[in-house]
Amino acid sequence: MIVAGIEPKAEMVHWWFATGILVLGLLFLAETVVGPEVWARRPWRRYLWPGTMFLLGLLLWPVMALYTNSMIHMVAHGSWAQVLMLSGGAELGVVRGKLHSQYWRLTSAGALLVSGTAFLVHEQNGWFFARAAFLHHALGWTLIVAAVFPLVQAIRPRSIVAASGFAMTFFVVAVLLYCDRDSAAILGHFSQFAGVPHR
Amino acid sequence: MSADIAHDLHGEREKERVATAATSARVRIVLAIGPAVAGAGVVWAFVQPWRLTVLNPHGQGFWWLIAEPPLYVVLVGVLFRVLIARALVQDLEDAGR
Repeated sequence: MIVAGIEPKAEMVHWWFATGILVLGLLFLAETVVGPEVWARRPWRRYLWPGTMFLLGLLLWPVMALYTNSMIHMVAHGSWAQVLMLSGGAELGVVRGKLHSQYWRLTSAGALLVSGTAFLVHEQNGWFFARAAFLHHALGWTLIVAAVFPLVQAIRPRSIVAASGFAMTFFVVAVLLYCDRDSAAILGHFSQFAGVPHR
Repeated sequence: MSADIAHDLHGEREKERVATAATSARVRIVLAIGPAVAGAGVVWAFVQPWRLTVLNPHGQGFWWLIAEPPLYVVLVGVLFRVLIARALVQDLEDAGR
């Protein structure tokens, strides 16, 4: 298939999304350090992270359309695209002043929960099949547990612990995505069915 | 000057001192984030040089030549420092005055 011949490898796409998620983590961390009032002093800055999140959601659509190695991969990528766009869009509405409720932050909790579940559901192999499988399980559980941070933020918007936890989640996810290889060993384990191992 | 006024002035100065210290700590953190991330990317490049295709580019395809994860990390750190941190520190200092 022509598209399969010219499209980048899945691991590369993971690294690109890791970079986008690292950017998100930096923006969340900076906002947590300076506080929402200082962060909002320049109008363009308020749109940065909701816009980045929305953009990452948009970019997941071509991933869904092009990486069609299984139906469940398409469903997982499609669901990530939708929840990231919903979360980014809701936050864009909040910073624009069109939406007012603090509970719109629940869309971020939903995004983490759905993303985590999709990671776990679409990984068909066990933890130690290969590094990619391990990372899918680790990412899934990280995101599900981390959904508690935006949940707390929806109830207590000024919670420093919740904001820091939310920011740190994105750093952890970025590191895990950067670690991904299409076929590589994990802690000395590598299934004979997982292809040729890379470093 | 009565003792009450002197006490109030002392209290205000103490509050200002605490606020200034908090602001300068935040400024230092904001200024350190970008270089810390860029530094992490540099360390990664040294620890896992095989993740940089550009070090051995012969025979590599287009995607492998632009897939350089440690360089992405360095770039993100540098861009954060230049595009975000600078303006943020300015606003922090303005807010602290």
